This record gives sequence, C-alpha cells and structure tokens, in this order.
Amino acid sequence: MTAPDLAEVWVYLAQKPLTGLTLTLCAYVCGDWLYEKSGRNPLLNPVPIAIILIAGLLWLTDIPYRDYFEGAQFVHFLLGPATVALAVPLYQQLDTLKKSGTALLAGVLLGSATAAGCAYGFAYLGGASTETLLSIAPKSVTAPIAMGIAEQLGGLPSLTAVLVILTGITGAVFGPLVLNLARIKDWRARGLAMGVGAHGIGTSRALQVNAVAGAFAGLAMGLNGLATAILIPLIFALVF
Amino acid sequence: MIIRYLALILICQLIGETVQVASAIPVPGPVIGMVILFTGLLFNRGLPSDLRDTAGGLLRHLALLFVPAGVGVMLHVPRLADEWWPVFLAIVPGTLIAIVITALVMERLGRATIREEDKV
Repeated sequence: MTAPDLAEVWVYLAQKPLTGLTLTLCAYVCGDWLYEKSGRNPLLNPVPIAIILIAGLLWLTDIPYRDYFEGAQFVHFLLGPATVALAVPLYQQLDTLKKSGTALLAGVLLGSATAAGCAYGFAYLGGASTETLLSIAPKSVTAPIAMGIAEQLGGLPSLTAVLVILTGITGAVFGPLVLNLARIKDWRARGLAMGVGAHGIGTSRALQVNAVAGAFAGLAMGLNGLATAILIPLIFALVF
Repeated sequence: MIIRYLALILICQLIGETVQVASAIPVPGPVIGMVILFTGLLFNRGLPSDLRDTAGGLLRHLALLFVPAGVGVMLHVPRLADEWWPVFLAIVPGTLIAIVITALVMERLGRATIREEDKV
C-alpha cells in the first residue's frame, strides 16, 4: 500500500462516527485499566486520562473536535438517561435520606452557596475576564444545568461544560484526600460533599466506594443543581 | 439491561424534557425525569430487580459519559492558557473548600441520626 492510499483511508475513517465512538470507549478502557491496576487510586481517575489521550490524538492528527463529537455524541447522549436512573439509588436509600433531612438540606444549601461564591469570587480576584466569570459561576453544577445557567447569564455554555468537567475531575481526584484531612468519618457527609462539589464525576466515584455515599451524592447533585439554577440568576438580577 | 426498563427511563426523560420546555423552569429535563421516576417508585412501593439492574448498568460507568464533553477542552485552550490563574483558583481551592464545608455541615448536624452503616 502506498502513502496516498493510507491517507485516503484515514480521511474516510476520521469522518466516520464509529471512529469517535470507538476512540472514546478505548481511551476510557485504558484509563479504567490504570485506575483498577492502581487499586482505585483517586489520583488515577479514568476521566482525565481518557480526555488527555483523546484530545492528544485529535490534536496530533488534526481531526476537529466537531468530527470527533459526531461519534462521541452517542456516549454523551446517555448522560440524560443516567441522570434519570439516579432515582434508583435514591429510592434504595430512602430511609437514610429521610432520617437526615435537615442536615442534608443545610449541607446542600451552604455547600451550593460556597461552591458558586468561591468560584465567582476567586476567579474575580484572580482577574478573570467577564465571559469567564459568567461561565465559571455554576461550575459545580451538573453539566446540562450549568450550561443553561451560563447561557442565561451571558457566559459561554461550551466553556462552562469544560469548567464543569475540570471541577468534577478535581473533586473526584482530590476530594477524598481533603475529606480525610478534615477527618470526615460519615459516609453520608462524604457522599453529599462529593455530589455538591463535583456533581456526576464525584457521584460516580462515590457510587463505587459506598452505597450510602453514592445515594447522598446523587441527591446532592440534583438538589445543588436545583438550588443553583434558582439562586444564581436571582442574585445576578438583584446585584448587577 | 432490560429494554422495557430502558424504555421506562427514556419515557421519564421525555416527559421531563417536555415539562421543562412547556414551563420554562430552569431545571433540565433529565432532572425532572429523575423526580418522575422517583415518585413512580414511591407509588409502586417496591423496586423491580430488573429496573435496579438497568439503572445500575447506566450508572456503573457514569464518569465515562463526561468524556466527550471534556474533550471539548481542546477548543478552549487559548482562553484557559490566558486565564489559567483565575481558573485554577476557582476550580482547585474553590471546589475543595465547597467539598469540605458541605461535609462539615452534614457531619455536625447529622450526628444525632447517624447509623452504624453510615460510619467509615
């Protein structure tokens, strides 16, 4: 086979949705293998590993993100059904959730305000541009809600999606370490904190570690989204 | 993965999306769908084991589903390089402070209701 033929094959493959989909799954399998191999070390979270592998490969091969997403959208689409499916662990932990009602609500509301306040405040102090500021405020909220909030405020939804995922990765990777430092020995509190701070990626991690933590994380993610979606636009309307 | 329950989950999402568009509330359709499924389970007074398995299948690798949007980081490299300091401050200390505050509030207020299985 000669070089031009190979290039043609490559051009053909790069445009196929199958390529983006296969690449996504293979990169995640690599990340997950490393994660399992390390004894589920939070520092080797499969999400950043997969993202770095894919982004690196796309950059090296000059494939635009849009072409990659043609295939990867099938994985992306499952975020919706997976969010609905969180009703199941919630229902399984119904008794625990009911017993901790007040503590849970107080934790979510304070955590939600802290997450949005710190995000906006720190970015402002660091000298962020207006667009970045408006895109970063809802970063601890699950991606679809956060993108909606950013759009309402006048931020960039696609930038928000990236900031949300960077936040989730940070929370999933370093969250367990800071929770250990703070000597939190309550699975409910650990799960709730991961859900408020690191949305779905934190919830995914919590579900793997402990069932109680997983249910609290899922609920916290939903309630945080709800609280932030109502509070941020309201505060912005009053202050600015 | 049982098709019947996958269909049920999709129906909940579809109703959720419809409610969201019709009412213009700022909560995304899938979250409303989650509330609908949860309410359904409360009325049903029991969780079918096949639904449990189907939901478990979707959630086992929840993190994978964030990868395609995460790869979008490549579109924002110039901005992130220009503004790395404020973005770093907001994301790293910002997120970790929020995690610790949430956990401390829940732990302190939840001391009265903790059960053996909740303890680490």
